[in-house]
Amino acid sequence: MKVTKDTIEHVANLARLNFTDKEKEELILDMEKIISYVDKLDELETSYVEATQHVIQLKNVFREDKVEDYFKREKILKNAPEKKDGCFKVPKIVE
Amino acid sequence: MDLHELTVHQMSNLIKNRKLGVRELTKATIDRIKKVDKEIGSYITIVEEKAIKRAEIIQEKIDKKIAKFPLSGIPMALKDNICTEGIKTTCASKMLDNFVPPYNATVYNKLFLEDTVLMGKLNMDEFAMGSSTENSFYKPCKNPWNLEKVAGGSSGGSAASVSAGLAAFSLGTDTGGSVRQPASLCGVVGMKPTYGLVSRYGLVALAPSLDQIGSITKDVTDCALVLNAIQGHDERDSTSLNIGYTDYTRALINDIKGMVVGIPKEYISGRVNPEVKKAVLDAAKVLTELGAECEEFSLPITEYAILAYYIISSAEASSNLARYDGIKYGHRAKEYKDLSDLYRKSRSEGFGREVKRRIMLGTYALSSGYYDRYYKKALKVRTLVKDNFTKAFDKYDVIIGPTSPTTANKIGEQKDLLKMYSGDVYTAAANIAGLPGLSIPCGTDKDNLPIGLQLIGKPLAESTLLRVAYTFEQNTDFHKNRARI
Repeated sequence: MKVTKDTIEHVANLARLNFTDKEKEELILDMEKIISYVDKLDELETSYVEATQHVIQLKNVFREDKVEDYFKREKILKNAPEKKDGCFKVPKIVE
Repeated sequence: MDLHELTVHQMSNLIKNRKLGVRELTKATIDRIKKVDKEIGSYITIVEEKAIKRAEIIQEKIDKKIAKFPLSGIPMALKDNICTEGIKTTCASKMLDNFVPPYNATVYNKLFLEDTVLMGKLNMDEFAMGSSTENSFYKPCKNPWNLEKVAGGSSGGSAASVSAGLAAFSLGTDTGGSVRQPASLCGVVGMKPTYGLVSRYGLVALAPSLDQIGSITKDVTDCALVLNAIQGHDERDSTSLNIGYTDYTRALINDIKGMVVGIPKEYISGRVNPEVKKAVLDAAKVLTELGAECEEFSLPITEYAILAYYIISSAEASSNLARYDGIKYGHRAKEYKDLSDLYRKSRSEGFGREVKRRIMLGTYALSSGYYDRYYKKALKVRTLVKDNFTKAFDKYDVIIGPTSPTTANKIGEQKDLLKMYSGDVYTAAANIAGLPGLSIPCGTDKDNLPIGLQLIGKPLAESTLLRVAYTFEQNTDFHKNRARI
């Protein structure tokens, strides 16, 4: 599978990552290597096989809907890179 | 024997019989960390003052005869992706360099209630991505058996600290072999329990459908003691199994007569190092002499399981790591134009190379046009892996093979990406299928580097694995070998 610079830039945009041109070149080579490695899976016939999302048969787990103590606001905000008036501070989104 | 060479059960007996004080043991462990960890690099954070204070509290409880045995006063440490309230939890990433969790992981709460003493947080590959602990933002972790070699990974610090006597036991996490492989490379015992046996609440996720917390100990008895403490349902982890308590020390039985052991041909051919292969086949001979019936069989899915593993784990990781956006916690870039620029710069600065590579691979496998071809295909192969093992366990009580195809590499030596990835070839299948896996020492190579024997069982067959491992251990001396440092 050929990986192009366009593909790398498209995927990087989806992943919200920036790369320099040199990093992109390296990524093209790495991704091509990894993708041709995993392409070996094509050898397995799987058209009649069900997908397994999870090894445990997960059912929804319900609990009582009751009010419980949760973290104090200050405790959660302690790790915030920027905060103001008890809120997370972010750049302006709407003009 | 020096204090740091003792197992948990040996320390426990001394503490209980008042021959060893908890403060003395804690202080000795801190002194040893200060003396030798400069060279090894197994710790990211050491909590000296907290540990000493805690030791004094525990000693008081022991004096009042209200302490919890067997783990009372035992010095232990946690991989740095297990959240500890008030103590930095970095995942060995620049992204979380300043992150101090506001809560404890369930496993830490459980160990706290068992009166253990936390010594600190352990080095790892960044966000648990890697098999050598060279991908740590802080420093590579070296192998206590030979400081020029890697400790394995991603729980390299967890394995190296126990191997060097810098903690009596540790917890690591295993997504594709990350507890078993470093345990193998450092000559200690590493257990990855069945998916769901141990709560993941408070574990910083890599790939949630594969991740499992497990123990690293000096011997099999210690492994049972730690599993006793950390198992159990947790309403905060909806994937944790609600199946009641098992006392794993009851599995420590020196008898395997009549057990049927399978050795996958694929695990002892191809890329496996000849010395590793010989040690594994010698171990099979020991089991046969002890009354088990060992036979080789074919598990053709082996080489495909690792491919499915890389797709699934990268896909889940790319989705999970989307939370690191520089807003609520973690690294935030200093200068940015707008919100999108803030996300991109914070993420690009905060994540290391391997993490970005896996996010890219995972995003690619989940992206429109490739989802069916890669992600969905991998999930179907996951079904085949599961079925292959189910069929094998109709016949075998336990499957054995090498944990890792090689012993520890030189630091910086492994540059081939695919060779690096294929290091998990014998371990990842257990995660894909949710099975328990255990690595125990079974020899050393010509350079005196440890070799690990892996045992895989059917879901919740931890007791079977422990019994086989215990029997092997009681009839051999490999577990008595210690790194000389």
